[in-house]
Amino acid sequence: MQRRRFLGLVGAAGVSLAASGKAKAASKEFSGYPGSHAVLFDATRCIGCRKCEAGCQKVNDLPMPEKPFDDLSVLDQKRRTHAENFTVVNKYDVGQQAPVFRKFQCNHCLEPACASACFVKAFKKQPTGAVTYDASVCVGCRYCMVACPFEVPTYEYNEVLTPRVRKCHMCHERQLEGKLPGCVEACPKEALTFGTRDEILKVARARIRNYPGRYLDHVYGEKEMGGTSWLYLSGVPFKKIGMREDLGTTSAPHLTTGALAAVPMVVGLWPVVLGGIWAVNKRKEKIAAEEQKAAVNSAVSETQEKAQQEMADALAKAEASTQRRIDNEVKKAVDEALKAKEEEAQSQAEDGKTDEEGA
Amino acid sequence: MSTEAHTAGSKSVFNTFNIVAGVIILVGLGITVLRFTGGLGAVTNLDDNNPWGIWIGFDLLCGVALAAGGYTTSAACYIFGLKRYHAAVRPAILTAFLGYALVVFALHYDVGRPWRLPYPIFVQQGTTSLLFEVGLCVFLYLTVLFLEFLPVPFEWLKKTKIRNFLVKITLALTIMGVVLSTLHQSSLGALFTIVPSKVHPLWYSPYLPVFFFVSSIAAGLSMVIFEGTLSHKFMHHAMDEEYLKHHDTVVFGFARGCSFVLFGYFMIKLIGVAYGDAWHYLSTGYGALFLVEMLGFVALPCFLYAVGARDKNAKLIKWTAAWTVLGIVFNRFNVSIIAFNYQLPSAERYFPSWMEIAISIFIVTLGVVVFRFISKRMPVFREHPMYKAEH
Repeated sequence: MQRRRFLGLVGAAGVSLAASGKAKAASKEFSGYPGSHAVLFDATRCIGCRKCEAGCQKVNDLPMPEKPFDDLSVLDQKRRTHAENFTVVNKYDVGQQAPVFRKFQCNHCLEPACASACFVKAFKKQPTGAVTYDASVCVGCRYCMVACPFEVPTYEYNEVLTPRVRKCHMCHERQLEGKLPGCVEACPKEALTFGTRDEILKVARARIRNYPGRYLDHVYGEKEMGGTSWLYLSGVPFKKIGMREDLGTTSAPHLTTGALAAVPMVVGLWPVVLGGIWAVNKRKEKIAAEEQKAAVNSAVSETQEKAQQEMADALAKAEASTQRRIDNEVKKAVDEALKAKEEEAQSQAEDGKTDEEGA
Repeated sequence: MSTEAHTAGSKSVFNTFNIVAGVIILVGLGITVLRFTGGLGAVTNLDDNNPWGIWIGFDLLCGVALAAGGYTTSAACYIFGLKRYHAAVRPAILTAFLGYALVVFALHYDVGRPWRLPYPIFVQQGTTSLLFEVGLCVFLYLTVLFLEFLPVPFEWLKKTKIRNFLVKITLALTIMGVVLSTLHQSSLGALFTIVPSKVHPLWYSPYLPVFFFVSSIAAGLSMVIFEGTLSHKFMHHAMDEEYLKHHDTVVFGFARGCSFVLFGYFMIKLIGVAYGDAWHYLSTGYGALFLVEMLGFVALPCFLYAVGARDKNAKLIKWTAAWTVLGIVFNRFNVSIIAFNYQLPSAERYFPSWMEIAISIFIVTLGVVVFRFISKRMPVFREHPMYKAEH
């Protein structure tokens, strides 16, 4: 038997939260409502008479099948339950003289996969032990059928407006009235035993102890999928009568705890991480922009300074040259004036000379 | 079909595209009538052993994965600051929105009583269910996507005030979108964690949610490239310079990113096999299938993307994108249909009816028609002249 053990799932967002689910599970294990009921099916007693099928059909007002229930030729084919029958008995040729029969119906898990999987809580584990279904909220997503490891729930595929999931409900209403489930009541060979789960387990163990060689030392359903309210005894390996032995002992709800636990972590941490990444990038952009601005500014001011310097130089130069020109002009003017004066003085002197000479 | 021929043809109502789409839609409507007058049994091959078929395996799982382009592209642009991908954001958001809307539409076909789809949120909450997480995330993310897309019609209608407000809250919406997508993509994988007894050990892993999330990133990036290629071919006239200028940047950048993501995905898938100690199954028939998926649809595109990005080979990248999209579909089919219920004898296994396939094609066609309608008229592949370079 291959057993899988599941640690808490590493967070769906890649956030490692390897919480040890196993260790925690010990304190949170649900072993059924106290005093809840169970049914024991004993494969060594079943004769394949199909009376349980007929009883089930009667108490649940299900339509009668084409072939009557006393027609045992249907046992030659492998059958399963459908929307119109909640239980079937199958015949298994196990290589012994006589075939072995096994009854199939909902196993009424202590922690049902269907109830865990239903997103409108249409399934409920009742204190009686029954797993019941409420069609008034069912959306018809059929996830319960996917989730069930025993392939129990069926669907009314041909109903147009009001299709329902159909399965054995352990005659929950009859149990509340103090009656036996229909199939148990109908069984002529006491292959089915009804009682509280604790009692039933004791009965099963007592049979194993009291009839050495008749039974395998295993009560199927005691631990499978976290335990069921329908228990089985058999003289041949359960695998040979169409029952899976590789389901493990982990209850279905437990398989999804990791994924569900990761949800609030993602909601809590993702915005922080993403916001952080955004902020870092925003800051990078801002710094880049600032640096660019600074570079531009410094370049601009440098050019400006240079231009101003050049202008000042040019102005100074211009001023100097103007000054020089003025100075030159002035000098020229002064020189000319002086020259003129000199010439005047000269001519006056020459005039005086001639005057003197003439006198 | 060349661009010229297409623009010439689009003048008449009866072009090839419209005729093909019209026939598909008519057939789809016919089957829709059958489905809602005869029940699920009248049109599907579903039975008590196989409650989920391709309407979940393809329409829901693949539809959502291929709509991942929305959150990956918007996150790349607005959170990781890769502004050069800006031109790709709007087409991706539109695809994601339509994708999710069509997923919800497809669910109306698959569930027994579609008018009760709001029940898990408004009537009775089954909070222990991973399907509840799926439902809630679809509901919320569809709302977020709608808000992210709204600026487009508002620009088209020139409602500046409300458009500007919506653009202001882009970052908040993007972060919410990534959170919801993370949860949503992963929860689709997590759906199957409840049945280790029905999913083949090579595909079953408690890490399924992580696998689905990581592969959805690759799916999103590939879908953006793949779609961009198709749009390029048929919607060229609706694109502006800005979009066309950045198109190659997006292709090379996304190819590089996708190569890395696929590498990481390959690694964690190996870890998954090791964790489940499923090595010995590799030599079985399912093992061959698994190897085809891992080598052919993960390792190969990872390598080809890398080569394409290095050599700037756009053609190789475009083919690789299509191949990767196909690979994602293959993976989702494996988890939900092919490797699901592997324990059943082959006579009891599921194969879709032609009507199921027709409805899936019908829904994809609806998506393409609506996408064309919107992107031809609204500023998806181009910037609106009134709001240039400011969203």
